[in-house]
Amino acid sequence: MSLKSKLHELKLKYQGKKMAPAFNAFHTFLFSPDETTHAGGTHVKAADDLKRTMNTVIMALIPVLLFSMFNAGYQHYSAINGFPADFSVMNDFLTWDNFWIGIIKVLPLVVVSYGVGLLVEFIFAVIKGHEVEEGYLVTGMLVPLIVPIDTPLWMLSVAVVFGVVIGKEVFGGTGMNILNPALTIRAFLFFAYPTWMSGDKVWVYGARERSEEILAGANVDAISGETILGYLAQNKGAEMTYSVSDMFFGFIPGSVGETSAFLILLGGLFLIYTKIASWRIMVSAVIGSLVMGLIFNQIVDFGWIAESSKFYGLMSFDFWKHLIVGGLAFGIVYMATDPVTGSQTNKGKWFYGFFIGFISVMIRVFNPAYPEGVFLAILLMNVFAPTIDHYVIRGNIKNRMKRLKNATIYPKDSDGKAEELKAETV
Amino acid sequence: MALLSKKDTNLIKDPLADNNPITIQVLGICSALAITAELKASVVMAVSVMFVLGAGNVVISLMRNIIPSKIRIIVQLIVVATLVIIVDQVLKAYAYELSKTLAVFVGLIITNCIIMGRFEAFALANGPWRSFLDGIGNSLGYGIILVIVGFFRELLGSGTLFGYPVLGDPITKTGLYATGYENNGFMIIPPAALIVVGIIIWVQRSRNPALVEEN
Repeated sequence: MSLKSKLHELKLKYQGKKMAPAFNAFHTFLFSPDETTHAGGTHVKAADDLKRTMNTVIMALIPVLLFSMFNAGYQHYSAINGFPADFSVMNDFLTWDNFWIGIIKVLPLVVVSYGVGLLVEFIFAVIKGHEVEEGYLVTGMLVPLIVPIDTPLWMLSVAVVFGVVIGKEVFGGTGMNILNPALTIRAFLFFAYPTWMSGDKVWVYGARERSEEILAGANVDAISGETILGYLAQNKGAEMTYSVSDMFFGFIPGSVGETSAFLILLGGLFLIYTKIASWRIMVSAVIGSLVMGLIFNQIVDFGWIAESSKFYGLMSFDFWKHLIVGGLAFGIVYMATDPVTGSQTNKGKWFYGFFIGFISVMIRVFNPAYPEGVFLAILLMNVFAPTIDHYVIRGNIKNRMKRLKNATIYPKDSDGKAEELKAETV
Repeated sequence: MALLSKKDTNLIKDPLADNNPITIQVLGICSALAITAELKASVVMAVSVMFVLGAGNVVISLMRNIIPSKIRIIVQLIVVATLVIIVDQVLKAYAYELSKTLAVFVGLIITNCIIMGRFEAFALANGPWRSFLDGIGNSLGYGIILVIVGFFRELLGSGTLFGYPVLGDPITKTGLYATGYENNGFMIIPPAALIVVGIIIWVQRSRNPALVEEN
């Protein structure tokens, strides 16, 4: 007997019981169910249901996750021993030692994120008596990728419960939420436990432990791993040690999965190719961030800002580099394109994306307390997305009204009805 | 013989739950957001409002037949303002630190919608005894939400209750903090109060579906 039919039997056994949604969820997770919709009505046969959509996004995230596991170890050992002099990917990066750090630090984040989040979903499904919704599949994978590696697991659990309940379930569950749940979780963590979410001790595994040992009197070197943005925000002026290719391929400290712009770009192309994510949002967000970056670069070029100003470090940062450091690329590809919380209209998507990029870079530069503004920018635009759509639709109605007003309606004036019709629509 | 008739008892009981000024009428939200980061401030605010609303309702009710209706709002404002100034002066005299925490919000009791609302809706049309009960009932309903919100915000945000460290010391890492627990900074900022009030509303309405508005 195949797994599918076993699951089907289990499902039938629990049909009508209180726990039915939980068993249904297991059944339909991998297989499409045997039942068809009732007779009558319209039938649409399509393979790309919500679960396939979610699974596609997860597939696009797998390379990022694997990279982040290696990077966790690479940053850890580099912070202790110094960066390798002649770096080679095979010998210094893709090593078992590096991966092991990833397994003990990154994997628990993934497991806790999925475990807690799905538990909340199951509880709500059983209470409300509806099917378990797949909305958490992607959120659960995004969450561990956007937090610092040293985030304690209990903090993550608290934040996930908050994010799923307040960010999603109170609005009516999957598809009804106003804010992106993963970013709600990130924002909650940021405001609730700021010392664990920013600074120079949280981005590299071991840095915080070391600093506590030093406080306790141990004779060891401090290790620190500032993010590039955190470093620039202090405007110390000295040259950075990271090259552009480091930034692009992601051999830099940062939140778990945000560092590799290269793999994120590949993931983004995959999502565009499979038509899961909107290319309009991605392109316009890139344009938005470039425009804001260029404005700041121009301000520096014209000499309108003194070198001693606290904004100078980030303002003079080359405009295109904003895209390859910090979480901007990750946010644009995986978060801004969330079909539920983003703009729905094609025209609206251009505005929505543009302002995400624009505001992200603005927050980066102008608010040193938030060296990374992407999550705030996306949440802000999530709130405005329905308003943007409203005006786009209103504008469209207006245009079509105008067209109708000037149109010739046949049969022309034969019985005066055409004129009446026109008068009605104006 | 009961102390209060059934009708009078309802004046106090209704605003506590099914006709709560904050969660049902959605009045007085502003102060619920602003001063509930500490339990002590919440309690003082609740007591202050109770004094102002109880006494104010009686005064307005006594004057209700001689207030010309064209200028009744002005008269009401003068009554509230007088009572609020009394509260403010008492606080400054006997609890200076606390009055600094509450800062401008004691003065802003004047603009608390619950007070003007009860004057308009109840005291102008009822006798002093019933007005007094209504004032006490509504301010209790307001106070109970303030205290619930203040309790959770102070406990989770600062790890204290009435300033007493119930969860241990976060700096020397005693009590719960020894296990790695940390205070939740999110609960200190005003949006957290909005979310806590929202959760109270959610719980209340799911227990009593009759309260859910049609839309």
